[in-house]
Amino acid sequence: MGRFLHARRGATPYLLLAPGSAWLIVFFVVPMYYLAKMALSQGLFPLFSFGWAWGNFGDAVSTYQTQFVRSLEYAGIATVAALAISYPLAYWIAFRGGRWKNLFLLLVIAPFFVPYLIRTLAWETILSDGGPVVAILRDVHILGSDGRLLATSAAVIAGLVYNFLPFMVLPLYVSLEQIDPRLVEAAGDLYASRTRSFLRVTLPLSLPGVFAGVLLTFIPAAGDFINAQLLGTPRQYMIGNVIQSEFLSVRDYPTAAALSFVLMGAILVLVLIFARILGTDRLTAGQAA
Amino acid sequence: MTSTTAPLAVGSRPSAAVQAWGFVRRHVLDLYALLALAYLFLPIGIVVAFSFNNPKGRFNYTWDGFTFDNWTHPFAYPGVQGALEVSIEIALASALVATVLGTLIALALVRYRFRGSATTNLLIFVPMTTPEIVMGASLLTLFLNWKVPQGFGTILIAHIMFNISYVVVTVRARLVGFDRHLEEAAMDLGANEIVTFARVTLPLIAPGILAAGLLAFALSIDDFVITYFNAGTVTTFPLFVWGAARVAVPPQINVIGTGIFVVAVVAMLGNVIFQNQRARRAA
Repeated sequence: MGRFLHARRGATPYLLLAPGSAWLIVFFVVPMYYLAKMALSQGLFPLFSFGWAWGNFGDAVSTYQTQFVRSLEYAGIATVAALAISYPLAYWIAFRGGRWKNLFLLLVIAPFFVPYLIRTLAWETILSDGGPVVAILRDVHILGSDGRLLATSAAVIAGLVYNFLPFMVLPLYVSLEQIDPRLVEAAGDLYASRTRSFLRVTLPLSLPGVFAGVLLTFIPAAGDFINAQLLGTPRQYMIGNVIQSEFLSVRDYPTAAALSFVLMGAILVLVLIFARILGTDRLTAGQAA
Repeated sequence: MTSTTAPLAVGSRPSAAVQAWGFVRRHVLDLYALLALAYLFLPIGIVVAFSFNNPKGRFNYTWDGFTFDNWTHPFAYPGVQGALEVSIEIALASALVATVLGTLIALALVRYRFRGSATTNLLIFVPMTTPEIVMGASLLTLFLNWKVPQGFGTILIAHIMFNISYVVVTVRARLVGFDRHLEEAAMDLGANEIVTFARVTLPLIAPGILAAGLLAFALSIDDFVITYFNAGTVTTFPLFVWGAARVAVPPQINVIGTGIFVVAVVAMLGNVIFQNQRARRAA
């Protein structure tokens, strides 16, 4: 270790940390405290009084159960679809990209510099009743002659898949790019078929990327309300739509705050389950190899 | 697929179908990647194309004819210009503050071992995995409790908050691959810590800091959810688009969207080229 590291062990790191950490504590941690307090409060806007109102949580869940289940369902389907689209793409850039890797990566990120809402409005155009996608699907009889895409679950999920795709591609790429190609070659030298060496070498080594990608896609997708609002109807509304309207239209802050915590809790539980499954899979794969 | 295997049994020379199948098999991944990239750019193509549309109604959803008018008068629609200016001001200010605060944290985390570094890592990580709607809502309750009127200031506070984590992660990635011997050499040659930092460390990590600043700017100018909860009566560009989507979508929105896209891509390309040139000069 260099002299730099030992030079001032005492106060320097804390001085460097202080301003940024203070900002995060005051404007991220403290607000969470107020949100929790609000979730346990009663009353009408703007006079809410704290009172350990645990009933808010039960009421919120039983009233908006449909939207909760729908959010997790849409986000789950969207995450799987995003993984299916992104993995081969990330694999291709990492192993076939050669010296153009960075350019391809830029190509993947570039579309997301068009503002989120404008991208989503573009999907509204693409999926609209007079648009090409509906015409093709009607021609091949996947949709009935009066079938539509806009204002359906499919449209909302399609929007979620597209809008969070870079959060899937980038972590996948990072983990695939770090794999030493000699390991894959070695598997081939040991007479593993290409499928087998992919399943036993490449895939297990890329699991951290899969985990990060799934996390970074599922979480924003489960809390989203823009896609359901612009591409769906109230029949496709997710929990984000409910939280948004409870806060900004109905102004029932305690219910909205309780819903926010239930959403975070549900996400946390699912993520932990997923981590568990992925972890044990990896372990057994390692043992088998 | 079954039809392509049949000719193999008949003739000894591989038929065109077999050759084609072989070609497809070898290039199936290339093809897939090409399709995926096309899919990524499809909505962008729509945005750019419809920026030249001359819509008859209030909504810019169907093609009604080509015009340059939207590009020559990008701010013809009332409210667009003001909203964009607010967005740019907030993006610049929040990127600047978050880049400074985040870089300092990254330096502390990579350079020093200290009690509390694990907690700091958690403090950086958790905001990135919290749904935006929850962050927006919690800030709303904070400002309500502290009786802070919402507006430009509260938007700025929120944007700095969510940008810090992304800056830390970006700068840290650059710092980890950093050859510390260069600093030691400078100090062996008599430079003190401050001079070493200013003349050696900072220039070396500058591309990382620049990239982090660009990322923060991009995240800020595109943020809708957190801003929506904390804007009061102030309108940023995404809030303007949201409001417009209900009553009318003028093609000027596509013009500005295309503009933001082009500026961001040019800035990113510039940063990549700048880094490559430095790397070549250093080599």
